Amino acid sequence: MDLINALVAITNYVIIPATAYGAQLALGALGVTLIYSILRFSNFAHGDTMAFGTGIVILITWGFQAMGISLGPLPTALLALPFGIIVTAALMLGTDKVVYQYYRKVRAAPVVMVMVSVGVMFVMNALTRFLIGVDQINFDDGARFVINARQWREMTGLSEPLTLRSTQVITVVTAIITVAALFWFLGKTRTGKSMRAYSDNEDLALLSGIDPNRVVAVTWIITGALATIAGTLYGLDKSFKAFTYFQLLLPIFASAIVGGIGNPVGAIAGGFVISFSEVGLTYAWKKVVTYLIPNWQPDGLVQLLSTDYKYAVSFTILILVLIFKPTGLFKGKIV
Amino acid sequence: MSYLNASEMTGGYGKADILHSCTLTVEKGEIAVIVGPNGAGKSTAMKAVFGMLSLREGKVTLDGVDITGLSPQDRVKKGMGFVPQVNNVFPTMTVEENLEMGAFIRDDDFAGTMEQVYELFPILKEKRRQNAGELSGGQRQQVAVGRALMTQPKLLMLDEPTAGVSPIVMDELFDRIIEVARTGISILMVEQNARQALEIADKGYVLVQGANKYTDTGQALLADPEVRRTFLGG
Amino acid sequence: MSTTRQPGGSSAIRAPLFFAIMAVLILFEGFSSGWNSALGILNMGLLSAIMALGVNMQWGYAGLFNAGAMGFLALGGLAPVLISMPPTPGAFKAGGPGIMLAFFIAIVAVLAAVWIWRNLTGRLRGLAVTAVLIVGFFVYRWAFDPAVAAIEAINPSAQGNLGGLGLPTLISWPVGAVLAAGAAWLVGKTALGLRSDYLAIATLGIAEILVAVLKNEQWLDRGVLNVNGIPRPWPVPYEIDLQNSPDFVAKAQSWGMDPQLASTITVKLAYLLLFVVVLAVLIWLTQKALKSPWGRMMRAIRDNEISAAAMGKNVTRRHLQIFVLGSAVIGLAGAMMISLDGQMTPTSYNPLRYTFLILVMVIVGGSGNNWGSILGGVLIWYVWVKAGDWGPDIMAALASPFPEGGFKEHLIQSAPHMRMLVMGAILLGVLRFSPRGLLPEK
Repeated sequence: MDLINALVAITNYVIIPATAYGAQLALGALGVTLIYSILRFSNFAHGDTMAFGTGIVILITWGFQAMGISLGPLPTALLALPFGIIVTAALMLGTDKVVYQYYRKVRAAPVVMVMVSVGVMFVMNALTRFLIGVDQINFDDGARFVINARQWREMTGLSEPLTLRSTQVITVVTAIITVAALFWFLGKTRTGKSMRAYSDNEDLALLSGIDPNRVVAVTWIITGALATIAGTLYGLDKSFKAFTYFQLLLPIFASAIVGGIGNPVGAIAGGFVISFSEVGLTYAWKKVVTYLIPNWQPDGLVQLLSTDYKYAVSFTILILVLIFKPTGLFKGKIV
Repeated sequence: MSYLNASEMTGGYGKADILHSCTLTVEKGEIAVIVGPNGAGKSTAMKAVFGMLSLREGKVTLDGVDITGLSPQDRVKKGMGFVPQVNNVFPTMTVEENLEMGAFIRDDDFAGTMEQVYELFPILKEKRRQNAGELSGGQRQQVAVGRALMTQPKLLMLDEPTAGVSPIVMDELFDRIIEVARTGISILMVEQNARQALEIADKGYVLVQGANKYTDTGQALLADPEVRRTFLGG
Repeated sequence: MSTTRQPGGSSAIRAPLFFAIMAVLILFEGFSSGWNSALGILNMGLLSAIMALGVNMQWGYAGLFNAGAMGFLALGGLAPVLISMPPTPGAFKAGGPGIMLAFFIAIVAVLAAVWIWRNLTGRLRGLAVTAVLIVGFFVYRWAFDPAVAAIEAINPSAQGNLGGLGLPTLISWPVGAVLAAGAAWLVGKTALGLRSDYLAIATLGIAEILVAVLKNEQWLDRGVLNVNGIPRPWPVPYEIDLQNSPDFVAKAQSWGMDPQLASTITVKLAYLLLFVVVLAVLIWLTQKALKSPWGRMMRAIRDNEISAAAMGKNVTRRHLQIFVLGSAVIGLAGAMMISLDGQMTPTSYNPLRYTFLILVMVIVGGSGNNWGSILGGVLIWYVWVKAGDWGPDIMAALASPFPEGGFKEHLIQSAPHMRMLVMGAILLGVLRFSPRGLLPEK
């Protein structure tokens, strides 16, 4: 019984939250990795793109709420999501036209592109703040739980509670749909294949008559969509705060690099490696330990790392990968 | 008028000219080979034909049409195919996807062309679900040639197709190239392995310092004692 | 660093002209808003200039993108706390040995892991390294946790930290540089030599972590409780002492000044003097370095890494050198900033303000040009402060056509975010239209 209780505690406090967080990171890392493989630079503005997209979704959600439109048990934000994606994708295309296009034309070094993305980051940051401010915002208005603690206890009779929040389920389901759609697009459609070709071998792609402007435009649209979805899911699951999204840049980059930057499968795997390490290392294992070792009460919380250092986990994994396997777990590209 | 007529080409990448009044012509279904010492401008001459460097003087016509001002992409649409020396496949895409990308500019159904390519290179059909980057050097070259054939070019240009492959693979590649030429496609090829290449060539060009030095049939060049001594190592 | 080189204008009058404009702006501030405000901007501007000098060494000389200047700045700021604060009575005795033991254990564990990694092969290697690190971690925590608890229990409302050594503040400045250099060495050793943006990502990470350490390690710097009353560096006086000194009051009155105002200005002038001296020494050193064979080699590496490597230059090693040196300068500025503020507030470190704004200063001033960094530092700081001041007015003007109500209010309220927009626009504009900055590198 204690063993089952321990497993329930691990599921409740580690596996479920880490899966949801991992899915959010994976979607973010996919955006970073796509930009990297097509435009060949690390996009520092990605966190703020997520914040911007989420900000738009929140505004539209409020609009729907004011009009009395809702999705019943599902959060209204899901209904607002497609509109948020359209606005964010439009902003991405505009930014490319006004900013990035020129640097592609002069074939600027990748590190200059990174610097340019810092400029874009400032502007996006300001736009988001103008739109929605700097405060923490909760915009989840759907049903709170799929399984709550009481139902769980009645269902199983176990003393250890388990809750499954609806945002966690929504995150995972949405992420699966998004990733499936993305992989179908990249693997089966002509445009998707031309993007992979462009990422693989730019010169040969040009020779084959692939239009680089079209490839880049489609990439920005997909990136805008991925950023908005990732940001909205994160915001629904936790809460929205512009600065938190900027800070997500580190775990997202770490996910992309750990998996092998430029490799979409790697980005997803990296997201889960980072999220499980982060949640696992910052979880207080006291409860689990007491279940497993009956006659021992540990003094402390048996927490390996205080939650304040969660970014240290991403960073340490990042550094270890850079030292021992710079191409990542799945072979990424080093341009 | 020859099918491809690149006449009096003069130009280079920067200020200094690499090509000096260089002329190349290829007839329909003919194999033409460019040989010469290192730094003779062989690849440059071919790139000039394909529009990858701008000419100061001279002009290029294909099937009687002046294409001197066209970009490489537009020349592909006019019936040219080009196989670069290196980085000539999409390594993380399957063989079949590589061929599909070769046919990117085509709006019609290219299944028949793909079947023809598979007939020409049976090994590719066998490996069509495998990533091109995982194939051997010779097989990769076949993918590269196959990719270029997907646009159904009238003129196929190959930049040192046998660089870095073993002699056996080289012989096989040359056999394939002869087969391609038999289907009526003109071939223009730059080769390091001059002797073997001239053996299959209908026409050979020996370039020295960006200018035509000798031009004759492949057999005649192989028989020429002067050419043998200076360029074929006796 | 940029790929396009535009023809540099007549640089002989360019630099003096821009510095003159800067001086006029500061003087104007003095006459319009008072000398306290003007000197305040100038002092912080000079500190920004020193930070920009450090970042310029990395980005301008070598093309290295340090996205973590904030971290090195914050770490440098720890030095005044550890060096010049008075020691907490009993703290070292309570927890010092435990903490030193913990660090010793950590170092031994890491060294053992490295040794195993180098000397074993096969599957055993990974397992052994993991085992050593895990055991090491638990032993470390066994020594560390009680020591921290003991220190934090001492007079928690005012101290609860290790305290400092009680040494003069000026000594803490070079110590700040050394602390930052050490952290930079660790990061550079791992992230340099890989793709150029990996350094940016790694530094972004280390900055977050260093600030997290300052926020959470109460035994070290009281964390979010802040350390107050950090002693001023020699020879900066305290306002209250000046006001109590009859000589000073008499002198102020003889100049027709209010003694209180005179005292604040005297303090600011004293800081100004110190900062100018440090800046002068730094610019003398950096200019000399830039013109030396070493500096020429650095720029050669930046402009063509491949050919420099082909000439037998160890590019990664040079990069590590310049990265550490640049970070040391940033750390120095961090220590100076804390002694100017007189307090350590870890929550005030914000990457936009302390990492990315400094990059804007370097790029606007002119990447690779030390004088440009100084100009950019002061000028951009001025614009940053002023964008905050003018933002509400501009916004109010912009919002005036709209009817009273929620939207107008929202616009005016969001005015403080104007400076982000201004900085982004300046950075993008300079990168696009004048990539060599105001004072281009010669």
